[in-house]
Amino acid sequence: MPWKRIKLPISPGRFLVQGDEAVADGAFCAGMRFYAGYPITPASEVITRVQQRFEESGEGVYFQGEDEIASIAACIGASWTGVKAMTATSGPGFDLMVENLGYAIFTETPLVIVDVQRAGPSTGQAARPSQGDYHQVRYATHGDYEIIVLSPWSCQELFEFGIRAFNLAERYRVPVIILTDEAIGHLREPVVYPEEINIFDREHDPDAPPFSFDEKDAGPMPLIGDGKSLLITGSTHTEWGKRVTQDPEVHRKIVKHLIGKIRNNVSDIFESHEEFIEDAEIVIASYGISSRSGFEAVKRLREKGIKAGFFRFKVIWPMWEKYVKERLSGVKKIFVPEMNAGHLSRELERLVDVEIIPILELGTCVITPEVIVKEVEAHL
Amino acid sequence: MKNYMDWIRTDFFPTAFCPGCGHGIILKAIAKALTELELRREEVVFVSGIGCSGWIPSPYIKADSIHTTHGRALAFATGVKLTKPDLTVIVVGGDGDLASIGGNHLIHAARRNIDITCIMADNNNYGMTGGQYSPTTPRGAKTSTSKKGHVESAFDVAALVKAAGASYVARYTVAHFPQLVNAIKKAILTPGFSFVQAISTCPTHYGRRNLSQDPYEYLDYLRKNSVNLKNVQSQDDVLNKITIGEF
Repeated sequence: MPWKRIKLPISPGRFLVQGDEAVADGAFCAGMRFYAGYPITPASEVITRVQQRFEESGEGVYFQGEDEIASIAACIGASWTGVKAMTATSGPGFDLMVENLGYAIFTETPLVIVDVQRAGPSTGQAARPSQGDYHQVRYATHGDYEIIVLSPWSCQELFEFGIRAFNLAERYRVPVIILTDEAIGHLREPVVYPEEINIFDREHDPDAPPFSFDEKDAGPMPLIGDGKSLLITGSTHTEWGKRVTQDPEVHRKIVKHLIGKIRNNVSDIFESHEEFIEDAEIVIASYGISSRSGFEAVKRLREKGIKAGFFRFKVIWPMWEKYVKERLSGVKKIFVPEMNAGHLSRELERLVDVEIIPILELGTCVITPEVIVKEVEAHL
Repeated sequence: MKNYMDWIRTDFFPTAFCPGCGHGIILKAIAKALTELELRREEVVFVSGIGCSGWIPSPYIKADSIHTTHGRALAFATGVKLTKPDLTVIVVGGDGDLASIGGNHLIHAARRNIDITCIMADNNNYGMTGGQYSPTTPRGAKTSTSKKGHVESAFDVAALVKAAGASYVARYTVAHFPQLVNAIKKAILTPGFSFVQAISTCPTHYGRRNLSQDPYEYLDYLRKNSVNLKNVQSQDDVLNKITIGEF
């Protein structure tokens, strides 16, 4: 079975951990043994922690690339040898990785990318948080595909999502992105490291074709070094990796597979955190750091007798459209706090026939519960 | 494997190369080198970029191959080599692929001196996209984007890679087949970063505009206009001839 229950390879217990360190620890516990990256604020602490874990354990290879392009490329090469590989960056570095992100998607390469968001566009404010990459991580590269993006709201979740991201990447043979931001990445909180965790190791089959056209699932993965003369290419290919760049039917099949293997498993991948939803008249829907303020705002609104509900996207992509419609369609208004010009707000406007009221922060400040409470009250 | 043809996927023939393209000679030179070194299929992995050169190993060499994004082959290969140090990792790219978009990866791979062999199939222009000028197009040469003569100077890529720290660097043309095979063998055997610049022919684009559309005449030009680094007599040889040999 690809699922395994393992003892934590680091000391279990309760520790004060920084967000960037927590995600590095989670990834290490999941079995990440190759890390390639390029220094960037506010993601650099991930590198420091990974190196520390590799040195302590005597396992793992760290590579500092000449840029982010080289870093993600090296991760893809490493992943095809069977090693779990990760890189971490922030918006400007993610921009550079996009070309090879597309390659990883098309070649179905398991990989984890941590994006510690900072304010943009361009160099922006390097050490200030933002949630401006919400759509970028989904639609970064050209062509059609689905991708998995996890959005933690705490240091504890950064640790847990470090593990889950690898489990999903290995399960569905897809790059998985952990979308966090400077505010959580640089936060220090108590984090509980359990005694044991569940991990998923990709299904390795030397005799399997390297690619699959199955619309329901990812295929098993042969590896470099198996001696089977693998053809791996970012051009449109057959299941055996032969380039076919003129046949629309081959391209159609492969794109349907890339989309289908994620969409058809959305109920396994998608995760939400809901509180006070059953009798809610209004809902505060959000993700990441903004949902933390949103939760506090919901509690204060409840104290005032307002029937507020809380909906948090722990997985922001793929969007489980059917489920979200069902859960949110009955309410009167949905308030969406986020630190951008309305990314999730726009997605929800498309999905549910409910008035959406964005509460937006464009100044690289974390939205406070007070701002949310005030905005909700103004609309009641 | 005793016969070099054992390394070649003939089921994908005919190749996608244009008539008279020198890349077939480079393919054969690589296959000969692997055969003479008695390497096994499972010990070797090829990584290539985009363009005509990328097709030399992928799909025509029968070994694991990763056909990557344009210019990034060395970065992918670094990830493979770091996680599987026992593999012989060979990168094949073109002059546009390795020296232009991939130039940064090339000099850093040489600086790190990681144990990768890199073969640059250099046809002095971008063949697959229509014969535009590349970093190795000589000044004055005509290409589809320099119709009145190229105004920029060419890189001496072999000298550049040597200066960046590579362990073994050689340059030969496809008109010097035995020397080319030998250089590839030496490159594979040398620990650290090895670089072989293989000057190829492109009768379809570069030859037609500058030398000859006739493959034989093109090869003959390469043979007659090359001078071994050991026999360089004057500055004129360096500027106007193709210097070949080991750097």
